[in-house]
Amino acid sequence: MRAAIRGDSGAYHRLLRELAPVLRGMAGRSLARHKLGGDDAEDVVQETLLALHCKRHTWDDRQPFGPWVYAIARNKLIDNLRRRGRHIHLAIDDVAELLAGEERPAEFNGADAERLIARLKGREREIVVAISIEGASAREVAQRLGMTEGAVRVALHRALRSLAKAYQAGPP
Amino acid sequence: MKTDQIINAIVTDGTVRTLSIPARLAVALAIGGGVAGALFAAGLGVRPDIAGALQTWRFDAKLAITLVGLGAALWSTAQLARPEVDQRKALAPLLLPAALLGLAVASELVSSPADAWTARAVGTNSRLCLAAITLLSVAPLLSLLVTLRSGAPRSPAAAGAAAGLLAGSLAATLYALHCFDDSPLFVGLWYVPAIALLALTGAAAGSRALRW
Repeated sequence: MRAAIRGDSGAYHRLLRELAPVLRGMAGRSLARHKLGGDDAEDVVQETLLALHCKRHTWDDRQPFGPWVYAIARNKLIDNLRRRGRHIHLAIDDVAELLAGEERPAEFNGADAERLIARLKGREREIVVAISIEGASAREVAQRLGMTEGAVRVALHRALRSLAKAYQAGPP
Repeated sequence: MKTDQIINAIVTDGTVRTLSIPARLAVALAIGGGVAGALFAAGLGVRPDIAGALQTWRFDAKLAITLVGLGAALWSTAQLARPEVDQRKALAPLLLPAALLGLAVASELVSSPADAWTARAVGTNSRLCLAAITLLSVAPLLSLLVTLRSGAPRSPAAAGAAAGLLAGSLAATLYALHCFDDSPLFVGLWYVPAIALLALTGAAAGSRALRW
């Protein structure tokens, strides 16, 4: 994460890809206890990754990284259960359990993200779709849309922030 | 949508540098404090006998209490803006200004005759004190709450309350420079409830505005 915050996007990519299965394990176990399925868990994983990203400045880099990740994931998990109208009893309560818990590979697709992206404004939606689903780079998207790369990045940044907020507002 | 696809978008956005929470709070305090300071200078101003007042223990104690409160509340706010922080530890420094006030009240009770206590506690201008502390803290409280929306507080209400304490201590520090009521009894009876009310306001606002 330190490297990612300094701007090493390769390190950031590796970190998020390694965190995803851990988060999936945690979300999967909790949601299964509330009789919710694996695709719901994938939604929680995606929302949590987005929150980790949008709130990364709240991590004090002199503090351990695990408890911070756990705290963000826990908040998003509770939020999700509440939105899905479940009574909350989160049994897992410490970081050790999150980190020691089994990791899960991706089997499902999330549904929330797609629905929320569809609600973004025209340009922002095009940019998010091109970069996420098609895997284009900011430069490629800039050329395709006739924008500067900087403008694409600004629009992407705004879009991700409104996406993170939209999870809260919209029913899943 | 696949999680790897979301990660693509996040990583592309990920190289933008972001300000730390303490840096954001410093900016918010500078803006909110600037507005409060300008209002204070325009409407109230520092008492004319400030040089003499600084020689008295009561005035110094009053200023020390509000300043220590300001520091403690700032620390608590920065801590409570983070998700993984132990709430009790984050609030612990607030005992410091409370202890200072207790000490000052005790020395006032020991050093002054009992029949002067009531007059000193009631003071000469309690209504202005309540009004000024409340009004001067509006701008800092707003700027702090807006800034804290970028935080990730475990408890939005607690973070809001800390912001209220911080805004209130800032306003109280300013007002202390104007106010002629220096007795610790007055500070306990009027400053403290004014600041407590701001903490409650902050908690109520925070529990709505600071959810993430």
